[in-house]
Amino acid sequence: MSLSLDATTDGRAEKALPFFSKLAHAGVGDWLFRKLTAFFAFLILFLACLTAFTLWKASVPSIHKMGWSFLTSSDWDPVQEIFGSVPFVYGTLVSSFLALLIATPFGLGISLFLTELAPMKMREPVAFMVETLAAIPSVVYGLWGIFLLAPFMRVHVDPILIKTGLPIFKGPSTGLSLFTAGVILSIMILPTITAISREVFEAVPNAYRESAKALGATNWETIQLAVMKPSKVGILGAVMLALGRALGETMTVTMVIGNTPQVTTNLLAAGHSMASVIANEFSEAVGDIHVAALAEIGLLLMVITLILNVAAHLLVWLTTSKFQR
Amino acid sequence: MIDELAEKEKKERKPVEKEPKNEPRSDSRKIEVAHHEPDASVKKVKMKAEGVCAWFGTKQALFDVNIDINEKAVTAIIGPSGCGKSTLIRCFNRMHETVPGSRFAGDIFLEENSIFDPRMDPVAVRRRVGMVFQKPTPFPTLSIYDNVAVGLRLNGTRDKKTLDEVVEKSLRKAALWEEVKDSLQKAGAALSGGQQQRLCIARSLAVELEVLLMDEPCSALDPISTSKVEELIHELRQNYTIIIVTHNMQQAARVSQKTAFMLNGKLIEYDSTEKVFTNPANKLTEDYITGRFG
Ligand SMILES: Nc1ncnc2c1ncn2[C@@H]1O[C@H](COP(=O)(O)OP(=O)(O)OP(=O)(O)O)[C@@H](O)[C@H]1O
Ligand SMILES: [Mg+2]
Repeated sequence: MSLSLDATTDGRAEKALPFFSKLAHAGVGDWLFRKLTAFFAFLILFLACLTAFTLWKASVPSIHKMGWSFLTSSDWDPVQEIFGSVPFVYGTLVSSFLALLIATPFGLGISLFLTELAPMKMREPVAFMVETLAAIPSVVYGLWGIFLLAPFMRVHVDPILIKTGLPIFKGPSTGLSLFTAGVILSIMILPTITAISREVFEAVPNAYRESAKALGATNWETIQLAVMKPSKVGILGAVMLALGRALGETMTVTMVIGNTPQVTTNLLAAGHSMASVIANEFSEAVGDIHVAALAEIGLLLMVITLILNVAAHLLVWLTTSKFQR
Repeated sequence: MIDELAEKEKKERKPVEKEPKNEPRSDSRKIEVAHHEPDASVKKVKMKAEGVCAWFGTKQALFDVNIDINEKAVTAIIGPSGCGKSTLIRCFNRMHETVPGSRFAGDIFLEENSIFDPRMDPVAVRRRVGMVFQKPTPFPTLSIYDNVAVGLRLNGTRDKKTLDEVVEKSLRKAALWEEVKDSLQKAGAALSGGQQQRLCIARSLAVELEVLLMDEPCSALDPISTSKVEELIHELRQNYTIIIVTHNMQQAARVSQKTAFMLNGKLIEYDSTEKVFTNPANKLTEDYITGRFG
């Protein structure tokens, strides 16, 4: 009785309160916090749109001159002002996916080892070391790539790959290639994949592991059933974030990819990437159209990243919504 | 170091001890059947714990527990929180050893064989001695069907027809078939808590199970789901050996034939449920049952 009375008077009082005392009632802090976080969220969205718009504006001359052929042409000739983006898109995608192909199994393996198998005392230090890899500046990776990795690939790895006779590995190799770029990118994105998937695996409730074991699952089966399966979405998230890093990586790739705008299925040949061409040519670009073409490459890179992200979300939705239908 | 030696010695002694020990056991069995199981056929001992001690790191959780578990009967384990009930039943399917830093001494037999025999694979033990946990734990990304089939698939069964059959049979045994037969492809996690718990029971039954360990299987369930699970336990008793840990003494009295009372890692009293609840031999048991502590 008294309870319901209280409730009604309370409700009425709240309606009658003027705006500011209402604030005080709900807590100004709460209100401010909500608005502030909403503001930041919109700010991010706004900045993204602004960036896209700016890039689009800057690339208008190139869009006018080249039209759709910018997306289909493989010629890149600043002297004659003919610009086609295909070799750069190709190089970026190939090196990035190569990096994912190498880094994903390694990264997942490391984080599974760290969360499921390694002795407790070892877990934190090793995780720390792997994550430190992420803090190394990319230009340092680039130097390491030029002085160490590229010669190593040329002398030791590439000859073996050529011997396999696969059409994607053809000599002669200089060590500066799409493949080398993929390898070095894979090392750079390894910490991202490891760190995020480790968190994902750690978040899996222990009850699932116990249930799997109680059903007579071996260690490996437990990992598959109780750890990997529930983590699918999270793993995809880790991979996407890593892909984002690989797509945008500039310095390192520039230093080892060979900077030759060509489209070739031979992974041991030199290539080029979208981020590299912008970094390499922007300061020396003379013609307006050249600058605009580089801006358009930037815009394209943004769009590709966006498309891949949407595709990943779609994939997540497709694999998880199976049950709801 | 000394502990380890003692342990080793204990294990080595075991086979020699086993023979003479069997004699008095069969005697006591006869008495028990005559007095407390008037309707049941002769009870065989399905599992037997001998001098079980268990540690978490340096903390000892079980002290020299000896207990015989009757076949095709329900054995309840009661006792205050932290007395080692879960630890004890987790020794029965070798789950205790999966806890980092844990240690075990003593021996446990499944029928005639020690489950700690070096030739015994813990994985094989867990197929015969299944476990249902306090909170229902269906695998979140699997459908109802896959949740039940998962044990068989681990076994390597791929044949669709066999899987279909076993899934239906297990779900029927777990009294869940009628409720889910039209939605087998839905997520297991989308069921109600009680249904999830029965799904977990069905999942355990799908493999060639002999003993089912239940660790407070109803404590996360509402009364109606609880009574359904209890009914199910009655049914399962026809074919399986069940050990159930429970905090609910009415439940223990309702479902079990024998009851074990534990306190501070020790087995205080173990007798027929009727005896334990009406005329306990030990003062501590009486105090616990009458709610004087715990
Ligand atoms: N993983 C663990 N690490 C360390 N100590 C543990 C662990 N699990 C249990 N213990 C300790 O072992 C003792 C027995 O625990 P156990 O879980 O078997 O009790 P219980 O009888 O099942 O209690 P409850 O009724 O609360 O489930 C407790 O003192 C507990 O603190
Ligand atoms: Mg417990």
